[in-house]
Parts: sequence; C-alpha cells; structure tokens
Amino acid sequence: MSVEEYLYLIILPILALSILLIFVRFLIGPSLSDRVVALDLLVTCGTGIIAVYSIYTNQSDFLDIAMIFALIAFLGTVAFSYYLEKREKNE
Amino acid sequence: MNTVIFKSASTYLLPLLLLFSVFILLRGHYLPGGGFVGGLIASIAFIIHSAANGLEQTRSILKFHPGVLLLAGLTVALFSGISPMFIGEPFMKGLWFENPVPVIGMIGSALFFDIGVYLVVVGVTLTIIFTITETI
Repeated sequence: MSVEEYLYLIILPILALSILLIFVRFLIGPSLSDRVVALDLLVTCGTGIIAVYSIYTNQSDFLDIAMIFALIAFLGTVAFSYYLEKREKNE
Repeated sequence: MNTVIFKSASTYLLPLLLLFSVFILLRGHYLPGGGFVGGLIASIAFIIHSAANGLEQTRSILKFHPGVLLLAGLTVALFSGISPMFIGEPFMKGLWFENPVPVIGMIGSALFFDIGVYLVVVGVTLTIIFTITETI
C-alpha cells in the first residue's frame, strides 16, 4: 500500500467520521462551552484534512491555508472564552 | 483574562505573527497571499494581544489610533496608482524595476498598492474590534 492509498483510504475516512461525531456533539452539546470546544475541534479536524489533501495532491500551498485556518480557529476560541467570562461576570 | 499561559504566549505570538504577515504580504503577487490576508493576520496578532493583556496595553504598543493606518494605507495606494502618470503612462499601469531585490523579489507599483491594502485592512479591523471591545 503506497502512502497516497493509505492517506486516501484510511486517514481521510477516519477524519471524516470524526468530523461527523464532533458535529453531533456540537449540535447536542448541553452547555455553550461544550459547543465552543466542539467548534474548535471541528476546525482542527479540518486543518488535518487540508494537510492530508496537500500531501495527496503534492501542493505545499495548501499548508499555508491550513496554518491561517488554525490561527483563525484559535482566535475564535479565545474570543468565545473571553465573552463567556465577561457574561459570567455580568450575571 | 487572567491566564498565565495565554498571557506569556501572546507576548511571543505578537512579533511572530507580524513577521508572518509581512512574509504573506511580500509573497502575494504570484503565490497565495497578498495585502488582504497579510493585514488580517497582522490584526489577529494585535487582537490576541489585546484579549490577553487588556485593551490599554495594546493601545500603548500601537502608540496611535488605528484609524491613522487607514489614512496612510489609502495614501500609499493612491500614490502607487498615480506614479505611472509622471512618466506619461496611464493611471495604475504596473511598473517594475529591472532586477529583483534579494529576499523581497521583484519590486513594482503593484507591491506598493498591496502595502496600501495591508495598512487599510489593519486599520479597519482594529478600529472595528477595539470599538466592539470598548462597548462590551
């Protein structure tokens, strides 16, 4: 089994399945913080898919996109936690 | 926020992200990147710093109101558009130096237009985010 086959037949399905599971958690998550963590994990899995796809298609440009994607996800999580903390203080 | 890890990480992230944004800006003519994405990354650097250390600290790093950057960026973009008219070429024609500069690559009027876009994006994003953060 070559690396391309391994990525395409095993790694990508695992990532896709995990995205589905995380999305279920995102939908049913009892509290808001569960949803924020699920959203962060969702974007992390997306970053993994972009990285695998960049190896599969042999295009290193996608890696920069994955990096910026991860950066924006980090900022989103930070902003969510910032406003969650502010809301708790106000209540 | 009072988290030690995030606070000390933001101190190192600010110069790193600014450097990365300049790299994205300079590379953007033929490869993915450019002034808009570079400006967004630079403003993300300041937003992360302000979330960790408070708005006043970030303001004291910036030294001036981010709206000034908006004006400076528009001026740079306008002059890069006007510059071909001084040698009798039409408005916004791309002018390029003959030889590439080491590290930066080819320098032309398109690069200065991109720098203008970069400054405008940083100014607009920081003005919006700072205003929102103040009102909450």
